[in-house]
Amino acid sequence: MLSYVIRRLLVAVPTILLLVIAAFAMMQLAPGGPFTSERPLPPEVLANIERRYGLDQPLWKQLWDYFANIVLHFDFGPSFVYKDRDVNDIIAQGFPISLTYGSLAFLAATVVGVVLGIAAAIRHNTWIDYAAVSLGIAAQALPNFIMGPILILTFTLWLGLLPGGGWNGGQWQYLIMPVIALSTSYMGSIARITRSSMLEVLNSNFIRTARAKGLPQGTIIWRHAMKPTLLPVISYLGPVFVYVLTGSVFVDLYFSTGGLGQSYVNSALTRDYAVLLGVTILYGALTVVVNLLTDLAYAWFDPKIRY
Amino acid sequence: MSRLAQLTLTTFLTAGIATVGLAQETHPETGEALAADQTFTYRILDEFSSLDPQVVEDVTGSEVARDLFEGLMNQDENGELVPGVATGYEASEDKTTYTFTLRDDAKWSNGDPVTAQDFVFAWRRAVSPELASPYQWYMSLMSIENADAIIAGEMAPEELGVTAVDDRTLEVKLSQPLSYFPQMVTHATTFPAPQKVVEEFGADWTKTENIVSNGAYVLTEHIPNERSTRERNEMYWDNENTIIDKTVALVINDENVALTRFLAGELDRTEIPAGQFPRLSKEHPDEAISFPRLCNYYYTFNLSDSGPEAFKDVNVRKALALAIDRDIITKNVLAGGEVAAYSFTPAAVANFEPPVSEMQEMTQAERDAKAKELLAEAGYGPDNPLKFGMMYNTSDNHQKIAVVMSQMWKQKLGVEVELSNMEWKVFLEVRGNQDFELARGAWCGDYNEASTFLDLLTTPSGYNDGKYSNADYDALIQEAKSADDSAPLYTEAEQIFAQDMPVIPVYHAAGVYMMDSDVGNWPVNNVEQNWYSKDLYKVAE
Repeated sequence: MLSYVIRRLLVAVPTILLLVIAAFAMMQLAPGGPFTSERPLPPEVLANIERRYGLDQPLWKQLWDYFANIVLHFDFGPSFVYKDRDVNDIIAQGFPISLTYGSLAFLAATVVGVVLGIAAAIRHNTWIDYAAVSLGIAAQALPNFIMGPILILTFTLWLGLLPGGGWNGGQWQYLIMPVIALSTSYMGSIARITRSSMLEVLNSNFIRTARAKGLPQGTIIWRHAMKPTLLPVISYLGPVFVYVLTGSVFVDLYFSTGGLGQSYVNSALTRDYAVLLGVTILYGALTVVVNLLTDLAYAWFDPKIRY
Repeated sequence: MSRLAQLTLTTFLTAGIATVGLAQETHPETGEALAADQTFTYRILDEFSSLDPQVVEDVTGSEVARDLFEGLMNQDENGELVPGVATGYEASEDKTTYTFTLRDDAKWSNGDPVTAQDFVFAWRRAVSPELASPYQWYMSLMSIENADAIIAGEMAPEELGVTAVDDRTLEVKLSQPLSYFPQMVTHATTFPAPQKVVEEFGADWTKTENIVSNGAYVLTEHIPNERSTRERNEMYWDNENTIIDKTVALVINDENVALTRFLAGELDRTEIPAGQFPRLSKEHPDEAISFPRLCNYYYTFNLSDSGPEAFKDVNVRKALALAIDRDIITKNVLAGGEVAAYSFTPAAVANFEPPVSEMQEMTQAERDAKAKELLAEAGYGPDNPLKFGMMYNTSDNHQKIAVVMSQMWKQKLGVEVELSNMEWKVFLEVRGNQDFELARGAWCGDYNEASTFLDLLTTPSGYNDGKYSNADYDALIQEAKSADDSAPLYTEAEQIFAQDMPVIPVYHAAGVYMMDSDVGNWPVNNVEQNWYSKDLYKVAE
């Protein structure tokens, strides 16, 4: 198992390297640069700026210097747009915010989704099932860009209960709406996947055998049905985890959280190459790690899987 | 004295002091009762690019810089020059040397005096290739001696034409006479910088824990992409007359969310989304405000070799300009108090009244008739319809305006227009490479003088994406730089503009805000919207 983990991590390095080279190439191909402005800069001014950021160097050298700085100094370079800040700063400020509301949203979506799904499956074709399914569908139909305005109008303007946005060090009042907005549609999906998976497991032969042996319902559910039920849920949770951890641009936009998702999209729009590459590397690394964790969790849930 | 008597006396004394305190809390000029909490909170669209005055290039960053740093001159609520760090200035007869006298009591927030050397240091920084400020061009526009050569790396920054004669006297030498030079020193690029602090912390000098400033406020909190807070600078020379204690800028990207948060009482000021002013001004008559801004909005013809042949005919350009019913755009589409534009320079500009053009004097029906006539003269009509592409950057408002304009041309002149929208940076590149036929343009003045607009259409201007070129026009703008009275020259330039119609002026912008009715003295007459927190106050509800 350990050698598998090491092998996977080693494969991750060239994967991320290729990801960065592809992102770098795409940025160079996109029209407009970080210093393209409404009033075009005089050539001398542009030359000074390009020299300062090393953009006057050949592309291969820019890429080489970029990697060398990361490896030798863990320095992702200065932002081209936010002149007083560097990429390390931007990630250090935005990532913890995304991580906080993302983890909470993930937790809320998983716990509520799984409980709803299981409740619906074990009370199949009862009012609990119908209520859980209806709630799941409704939640799925409410992605964060719809939830955002609804929540702000309801809780801020009409009820006056919660601040309309901001982060304020992550105080709970500021967390509620971002977490709800981000978690609802995932919660709906998780509930539906859990329900169908649980129904399938409950109809399988080994559960019938367990029932025939006279095991109580609780034992059947928790000791025998739970693990196989959660396998498809885990496959779904992996990418969701990366997505919510790295920040949602819609949540950042609507709730002014200052999370990393907003910086990522802004960097693409402003051609802030340094920030875009830095965040791409972070996303790539997170994806690799979370995929690895998902695979390991899979093995734990299903001992038939061997690496 | 018994305990009860002590308590009673203390209560009365406290109440008495509080009453005296409250009685004093009135505005010294207007006599209005002031709010106990003097915090002004406003919305900004995006995180600002920098807090370094020599580097900042965006409007919101400049607003913060104006509070943190004070330049030689400030603007009052009407946009007129008033003393800042300088108590005044003298110009040489040929307007190539300006001498500023600095006040004795100007201090940095660490208590150090603000001297002429601080300006010399800052201005040399602004042009130094090493700092590579994106606003180096502004120092070049100010015509400071040797600025161009220093930016090009041909001279050392020490050669810049700015000298500290002594601690209180700053002398600036210009490479050519510039009558509006004093108006230009209200720009953030020209603000002083604290040499010791900049040298000690490098690029980190603007961080909250390091920054030293000489304005009415100091930076006390900065959480990028969320909020920044500036609070009273006890060292500021006019601190006694400053009323606002704290100004908070909140980053809220979505203007509708910002409006909701304003209505929920979280903000004192936010922009009104296009089209919502009429409704909001009915529902909140004391809070929805609209006032002229120093900004224009237009469509530029590609007159370069890569542009369509049709646009080289002035009759076609005039016909298209005439057939636009600007009132529909300003009153029905935008509806925020914008003004129909028939000149390039907004009428709100200082010391210049754009001439009334022939087009402006006509009714829309007359304009339409004339447009048909001119287009027919140019050889276009039902049998040979004029066709071209019209380009704008992605935005609901730009799209609405482009659709309305193209429909007007189609209905009135039978013109066929292909609309295309592009992401901002792509748009700039395509327009800058003259890879377009008709493209959206807009500009807000860098300083309150007509040349900030009229310069854009001169042959060498980097912003002249349509590549319009008229030697007479160029000569007039050049002559205006040193003229005692430039207004007649600008009038002539506008007349040439109306005659050549290199761009279609559409409207002149308005500032359209929701402003808490408690906020006093917002400078609605300052068309550049160079506002200073120190001039505001909040009245008691």
